[in-house]
Amino acid sequence: MVTSITSFGRSGLYDWMIQRVTALVLVAYTVFMVCYLAFGDVPTYEQWKGLFEGTAMRIFTLLALLSMAAHAWIGLWSVSTDYIKPTGARFVFQSVCGLLTFIYVVWGIQILWGI
Amino acid sequence: MLVSVYRYNPETDDAPYMQDIHIDIPGGKDIMVLDLLQLLKDKDPSLGYRRSCREGVCGSDGMNMNGTNGLACITPLSAVVEKDKLVLRPLPGLPVIRDLVVDMTQFYKQYEKIKPYLINDTPAPAIERLQSPEDRAELDGLYECILCACCSTACPSFWWNPDKFVGPSGLLQAYRFLADSRDTATRERLAELDDPFSVFRCHGIMNCVNVCPKGLNPTKAIGKIRNMLLSQAT
Repeated sequence: MVTSITSFGRSGLYDWMIQRVTALVLVAYTVFMVCYLAFGDVPTYEQWKGLFEGTAMRIFTLLALLSMAAHAWIGLWSVSTDYIKPTGARFVFQSVCGLLTFIYVVWGIQILWGI
Repeated sequence: MLVSVYRYNPETDDAPYMQDIHIDIPGGKDIMVLDLLQLLKDKDPSLGYRRSCREGVCGSDGMNMNGTNGLACITPLSAVVEKDKLVLRPLPGLPVIRDLVVDMTQFYKQYEKIKPYLINDTPAPAIERLQSPEDRAELDGLYECILCACCSTACPSFWWNPDKFVGPSGLLQAYRFLADSRDTATRERLAELDDPFSVFRCHGIMNCVNVCPKGLNPTKAIGKIRNMLLSQAT
């Protein structure tokens, strides 16, 4: 048993499951957006605004945003523990990743509900 | 043919180097790489490598031949030589003791970690613990591992975290005891593996499957461990 305090869920199984579930959410969101943009006319500003004003779309987008944050954190944590061996440098890298993720989430919510 | 061999003697060399040796194969036969090494050793007796059974059973002569890990004794030249050239290097990722001889301590530490022995807390019966043929068949493809380390030293996840990731060989053995109907420590064994490194650092690269000289499939065993962890979780 290797103990780890900086991983997402501290259990390998939990991280593994979150990584897969969030990947499915991101696939669903990507497929939806690609279909929306590829199979309709180029949306006007009003149509685009209308799409994101709907509660369902806001829930879906927020879900995708949070999924990306969790997915990115688990992935980058994994990369950092593989390639950055000095603890100080790894901690700095992880802190920057964590801070950026947090900023993106807050910023994303602000954009989403600012429409 | 040209053979390029990794040479390093820590007592005399500052750094490892590649030694190029031209050699004629007697009769132009398709000999094994281990036989070639013997020919090289006849020319230069200072060359160091491990060997014992010379028939793919002991797992001593694992090495990297033209970029692929394998056992020198059961690898014919025709399977690895390209453009009449062969590059021989020690197994990657482990400290080199000398020439093609590596220090396997880290590899054995991981093996030790998974408790590679039957644990059974029920009273021992008068005769041996019996197993049905079906239960015994569960161990096929697992018990044949000879711990040559070809798989673990071909695994990038093991290169980056040899102290934390158990590695394909250790995990194949871990599943060998998880799958054994006579073992009663399944829960404890699984609890030891449920961290972000021991099992889950496997990213399914499958180099292990590609190089295993015994044709075993550690990735499949790792998948089964993962399924066991999943099914016992709530």
